[in-house]
Amino acid sequence: MKNSIKVLYLFVVMTNLSCGQKADNGVNTPSETTFTAELIVDGLQVPWGMVFLPDGSMLISEKSGELILFKDGQKSTITNGPAVYNRGQGGLLDIELHPDYENTGWIYFSFASEEGEDKGGNTAVMRAKLIGNSLTNNEILYKASPNTTKGQHFGSRMEFDDQGYLYFSIGERGERDINPQDITRDCGKIYRIYDDGRIPEDNPFFNESNAKKAIYTYGNRNPQGMVKHPETGAIWIHEHGPQGGDEINIVKKGANYGWPVITYGINYSGTPITDITEMEGMEQPIHYWVPSIAPSGMTFVTSDKYPAWKGNLLVGSLAFQYLERLELNGNEVTYREKLMEDIGRVRNVRQGPDGFIYVAVEGKGIYKLVPLQ
Amino acid sequence: MKFIICSYLLIVSGVTYFLIQDKELKESIQRGKDIYTDFCITCHQETGEGVENTFPPLAKSDYLMNNREASIKGVKYGQRGELIVNGVTYNNTMMPLGLENEEIVDVMNYVLNSWGNSGAKMVTIEEVTTILK
Repeated sequence: MKNSIKVLYLFVVMTNLSCGQKADNGVNTPSETTFTAELIVDGLQVPWGMVFLPDGSMLISEKSGELILFKDGQKSTITNGPAVYNRGQGGLLDIELHPDYENTGWIYFSFASEEGEDKGGNTAVMRAKLIGNSLTNNEILYKASPNTTKGQHFGSRMEFDDQGYLYFSIGERGERDINPQDITRDCGKIYRIYDDGRIPEDNPFFNESNAKKAIYTYGNRNPQGMVKHPETGAIWIHEHGPQGGDEINIVKKGANYGWPVITYGINYSGTPITDITEMEGMEQPIHYWVPSIAPSGMTFVTSDKYPAWKGNLLVGSLAFQYLERLELNGNEVTYREKLMEDIGRVRNVRQGPDGFIYVAVEGKGIYKLVPLQ
Repeated sequence: MKFIICSYLLIVSGVTYFLIQDKELKESIQRGKDIYTDFCITCHQETGEGVENTFPPLAKSDYLMNNREASIKGVKYGQRGELIVNGVTYNNTMMPLGLENEEIVDVMNYVLNSWGNSGAKMVTIEEVTTILK
């Protein structure tokens, strides 16, 4: 009898120890506001991507396919953008500048594309140069296949690391049982390529026959946030879970993030997908959200404009319509806070070269966070 | 006797007509459920209750029942601005979903016949096609 109590005690302790994060997953509301949100670009629908050009202008992608240059307070439309498949969550998605943009002029775009033989679309990555008010030298660097008419999970965030590799995400396109765990198929993956689209020979599955060689990690669901850590240089992502179970992960070569074998989420119907949250050979998230905030966009605060937020992570919430601030201790989330409560669906957040934080909100536009003196 | 035969035939043909209609509607609802799971569920939720003050409910929604044409138009071309649903004001944006007309028929039939919604006339391809921006 005594033994069984010990075993039970040990079981409880081990169960607690084995959990990925502490039980307290609550979000706090700040007691005072420390900034004002100035709407600097208005009249936007779904501002998915944004980059800051050296001349102080901003390039903004609308999901509908429109590419907008915001310069000297004026919006103009950029022509010759990619032909997008505008269905469900698909459309014109992220934008990223080449790390040496001043010399190369390359701008990277991710979008849903109908290219290929099958009906429907899938995620593509293109690079192009901006000359005047038009894109030129458009080159498709990657196109996932096969196409599908499903409306979900295009992924599409992009980021360069310190070595100049381009990472991008492609969601599992609504085929969780087929795509994410199979490295011979696209979708449900993080990819890594050179800036010109060539595939690095030291990619983890480069020598595996039939594998999609651009794959860098697998078992992902739908990552819509990706940012380089300012100190470690590692690529951080977050991804949408189903009902509950959104995750923050750090990209590790060849790693399997477990979807849909392990998850902290459940089906939209409330039925379980699996009761397994961890498994040997599959990564644990550094943080997970229950309930889902539906994260989109992510940035680290590194500038001196917001001393109290330095080193924090900012993440947009589509579902709860606020900007989330996460304090970190290394890789551990220690505090969560709601900013810009009820502002609308926050699609994207970036720190500009001027050190200010810019927040893209659906149906509204782009806000600049100005600290109160 | 003649009367009995006549009314028998009438009833049989009536029931047959009803059953065919019913079968068509059932199949449309079934297909519509898949469309709903694919395109609508993240905002309007599994049981159509939406998210209060953010995404309006579709279950027992007075707006939906009283504004059939505007509802179809919203699904077809997107919807933005103020809407009052069951006494609550919503001000949000639903982007065009990129659905084909056949898919709009199915998803509308699913929504109009789920979660306590019922009694609406079946949505047809002719109806969706004639609704313009």
